[in-house]
Amino acid sequence: MSTKSEIVIIDSGCANVASVLYALERLGHTATLTSDVNFIQNATKVILPGVGSARTAMTQLHERGLIDTIQNLTQPVMGICLGMQLLFQHSEEFDTNMLNIIPANIVKFNKDTDIVPHMGWNNVSVKTSSPLFQNLTQDSYFYFVHSYLAPVGDYTIGECAYGNKFSAVVKHKNFYGCQFHPERSGEAGATILQNFIEGNL
Amino acid sequence: MLTKRIIPCLDVKDGRVVKGTQFRNHRDVGDILDLAKRYADEGADELVFYDITASSDGRVVDKSWVGQIARLINIPFCVAGGIRILEDARIILNDGADKISVNSPALERPEFITELAETFGTQCVVVGIDSREEDSTYKVFQYTGDEHKTVKSKFDTVEWAQKVESLGAGEIVLNCMNNDGMQQGYDLKQLTKVQAAITIPLIASGGAGHEENFLEAFKNTKISGALAASVFHSGQIAIPDLKLYLKNQGIEMRLSH
Repeated sequence: MSTKSEIVIIDSGCANVASVLYALERLGHTATLTSDVNFIQNATKVILPGVGSARTAMTQLHERGLIDTIQNLTQPVMGICLGMQLLFQHSEEFDTNMLNIIPANIVKFNKDTDIVPHMGWNNVSVKTSSPLFQNLTQDSYFYFVHSYLAPVGDYTIGECAYGNKFSAVVKHKNFYGCQFHPERSGEAGATILQNFIEGNL
Repeated sequence: MLTKRIIPCLDVKDGRVVKGTQFRNHRDVGDILDLAKRYADEGADELVFYDITASSDGRVVDKSWVGQIARLINIPFCVAGGIRILEDARIILNDGADKISVNSPALERPEFITELAETFGTQCVVVGIDSREEDSTYKVFQYTGDEHKTVKSKFDTVEWAQKVESLGAGEIVLNCMNNDGMQQGYDLKQLTKVQAAITIPLIASGGAGHEENFLEAFKNTKISGALAASVFHSGQIAIPDLKLYLKNQGIEMRLSH
């Protein structure tokens, strides 16, 4: 059996990966939820979801022996929410070392000035054009839920503001990430997922 | 800008959507999947499914529809009702719900909030608070799904709101029981008081009757969203009209049409 041409969702043991699977189903795609190294390496597109805390997620990736595997992937990879944050060097959340793919750090929202988590629909402005944004209106709204953020950097291709500006969409080599949940962001979110799955990234 | 959220609440009893007045006399208003799809298509920002019978008669919320909803809609949704142990929450989240909301079980055992937050993350833990004004203070009530079993808890509302935040809740839905079903507007005084005491998002519930009630709540308080049920189910307020009205009045809104 060939394992090529598969869309793989990395099973990091977090709850709530069903909604990503269902969102792909609505777009007419099937995906395999797996923590199998071989499957992940041979996938055409890889999605790294993530709900929960940075430390728990990293512990689970360690336990499954997936750290090196993810770091060395060469096909398009998309981290969603915490999955995006995992791509960075380090997180202030429980002082956690992350996958160290994107050379920057995840920091906390300022709870003195903002209501945290940043929860709800916010607009994303495109900073760098990408096939990921095809057919998307500038300043489309997406659904966010997070207490930590990736600051704006070279890797930022979509920006959002809550208090300060932060990274909503990132790109570094073959690694992409969305801070929002495309699987729960209506039509705009579906477009991003479709672009990732069907686009020539 | 972060938009204010409009959240239809679907009170579920025996697998159907129902609504009562001041928590009483529940009447049938429709099929769960039909209503969920309708609201998502109309531009609702989030949905809450609340099994109002579960906590009071010891049953766990009927989960068969959670996976069906998750397949059907592309906006976030929260499931509430009788979630007492981590496993209940895990099944609902695995089925595709984005958040779970706890109310009576959190009052019985507050550390349950922390267990949920540590296991699934703060962002998916919502605490529902049913609050009524009594002797010029606000008190938390328990087992409100059944009027015969409703009791006053030992907690003051503001104190309880602060406690659930410190225990790991990511959001609070404050149902102001005096206003619920009356369609006279949200309890702005109480919402202001509770939001001032916490730094997590607060969702208003109870009292919406007219579009102006949403406007005054968003203008005069710092709430993140407003929840309503009967005005949406009856068609008294159409969500696209409401959101357009609020946007024209200067409230940050996501318009999907």
